[in-house]
Amino acid sequence: MSATPSPILRVEGLRTWFPIRKGLLRRSAGWVRAVDGVDLAIPAGRTLALVGESGCGKSTVGRSLLRLVEPQAGRVWFDGVDLLALPERELHPYRRAIQIVFQDPLASLDPRMRVRDAVAEGMQAFGIGADETDRTRRVRELFERVRLDPDQIWRYPHEFSGGQRQRICIARALAVEPRLLVCDEATSALDVSIQAQILNLLRDLQRDLGLAYLFITHDLGVVRYLADRVAVMYVGQIVEEGETERLFREPRHPYTRALLAAIPSVDPARRGVQARIGGDVPSPARPPSGCRFHTRCPEAFERCPREEPLLAPTGGGGASRCFLVEAAAAPRR
Amino acid sequence: MSEPVLSVRDLVTSFPQDGELFPVVSGVGFDVAAGEVVALVGESGCGKSVTALSILRLVPRPGRVAAGSVRLCGKDVLSLPVDAMRRVRGSDAAMIFQEPMTSLNPVVRVGAQVVEAIRLHERVSAAEARRRTIALFESVRIPDASERVDSYPHQLSGGLKQRVMIAMALALRPKLLIADEPTTALDVMIQAQILDLLRELRDQLGTAILLITHDLGVVNELADRIAVMYAGRIVEEGTREEVLGRPAHPYTQGLLAAMPSRGRRGERLAEIAGVVPSPREWPRGCPFQSRCARVLPACAEAMPGPTPFSPTHAVRCLAVAEEARA
Repeated sequence: MSATPSPILRVEGLRTWFPIRKGLLRRSAGWVRAVDGVDLAIPAGRTLALVGESGCGKSTVGRSLLRLVEPQAGRVWFDGVDLLALPERELHPYRRAIQIVFQDPLASLDPRMRVRDAVAEGMQAFGIGADETDRTRRVRELFERVRLDPDQIWRYPHEFSGGQRQRICIARALAVEPRLLVCDEATSALDVSIQAQILNLLRDLQRDLGLAYLFITHDLGVVRYLADRVAVMYVGQIVEEGETERLFREPRHPYTRALLAAIPSVDPARRGVQARIGGDVPSPARPPSGCRFHTRCPEAFERCPREEPLLAPTGGGGASRCFLVEAAAAPRR
Repeated sequence: MSEPVLSVRDLVTSFPQDGELFPVVSGVGFDVAAGEVVALVGESGCGKSVTALSILRLVPRPGRVAAGSVRLCGKDVLSLPVDAMRRVRGSDAAMIFQEPMTSLNPVVRVGAQVVEAIRLHERVSAAEARRRTIALFESVRIPDASERVDSYPHQLSGGLKQRVMIAMALALRPKLLIADEPTTALDVMIQAQILDLLRELRDQLGTAILLITHDLGVVNELADRIAVMYAGRIVEEGTREEVLGRPAHPYTQGLLAAMPSRGRRGERLAEIAGVVPSPREWPRGCPFQSRCARVLPACAEAMPGPTPFSPTHAVRCLAVAEEARA
């Protein structure tokens, strides 16, 4: 495999906290630390998967990049510009370069708007296409690209199936010629046979258009098939990052290992997933002290609740946030 | 051999649309023996959940069971009077659903909901019912069970709510547990815990389980036998090893090949072209013909009968039948 290309987008120290408001005066009574110091790099034309359980903050990372929610701190570098430092007005061109596709296409499409207009809306906002006729021509082309019937562009969203609606959302994102597509559980609600169609489509689009993907998902089967690199998130932080095959073969962080051990296989000779760790994910409003995984970690020792481990290189281009991995990787003196 | 806990034959369940009746389940039959886990597998709209609801006579109106028979613990379910049917639910068979939040009353403490279920069926004191509820919570490994019984649903995580649902389903020691996508809303780690729990139930109490799911991984973890449904019909059935290891129906094969975990990086996933037809578009003959790579002219004429591969493995497909004959 070729070396990972330089990143199209780099995230440093991203922090997005949400206030918990209480009482009549809506005073802030604490913070939900949804994203709490995240570093990421998305290679140009490649796929980074961001994985983790519900509530780990992975979707908030995606929304923070586009400033659909406002982060408190950190930097998001794109083309040498820090998107978080830009005034709202100057953000406009970057909203074109980075597009997002959500899990539920029906919730993302206006039921009263013909799909042609839904797809053309973004083009108009960014001045793409000479006039309405030209934009209609482009919508037809986009429909062909996502393998929908171009003669159906004047229909309404409810006239399409779930898989077709997700294709419409992808066409709408592509309409403004983005360079990075954030897919937030974009195939999670689809049946297996339809999911395969959409994954193949995303793969073809990446090859033909050189798109980079940030693929946010809880589905590790999809990740292994699709992603070049994987970042594993736990209570607002990245706990492990690395090249996909390597991370699946040799997971270093105890959380990643537990997560992988819990995925059921469809091979009848392989049965018996393990619930290696018990309990539930801690609330991001009250993250545990020290290493956030120490309350559930089978390998925790006295240092873990007291100190916070850093995301440190593990060799092989990966990184892990664990004292045990850090000790094993440290150069001998 | 003793009678199976559940025996479904030629089940047809229909829903009206525009003055016409459309079958959503069309001639489904299978057995579940004591201590056995049988999985009904298929994609959205294949009729697997409606089959489960038909067994408990919970099909939402105006849908109705139009034909067939359901024998549950020796009772002919479809001809029971309403009050007898109410006793069957809970004590002979209980059901858990995908979304525990919609099955629990949000303003009643979870323990009180289980107590209510027990006292509806049995004449026991409130104190006794509460004691049993705490024991049930402990048996489904809810931590701090004696305190958790006084929680409201919103105070519990998704995994704990599903455990409460399982505890409630077990309250009357049913012979059959119908689990409709029991882990679909849960993260993999919590899913693994719930799968452990269901396995334990089967092993320790001998509860038969009818597992309804679209997730072949979950099926592989739990099922002894598998019935694959497509457009209201069972198209393949066999043991777990037979269906997942040697799938014979083009749909089962396509479904397994489309799993990303079966795909190779850098290569296209196998697709099943097109979409599942809606009940009013079901063709005459085999419902899979419009998406099938091995379709024959005769597929449009009649639904093929079963082609047996072993005493436990059978497939309903003309192309497979012809191949077997040759």
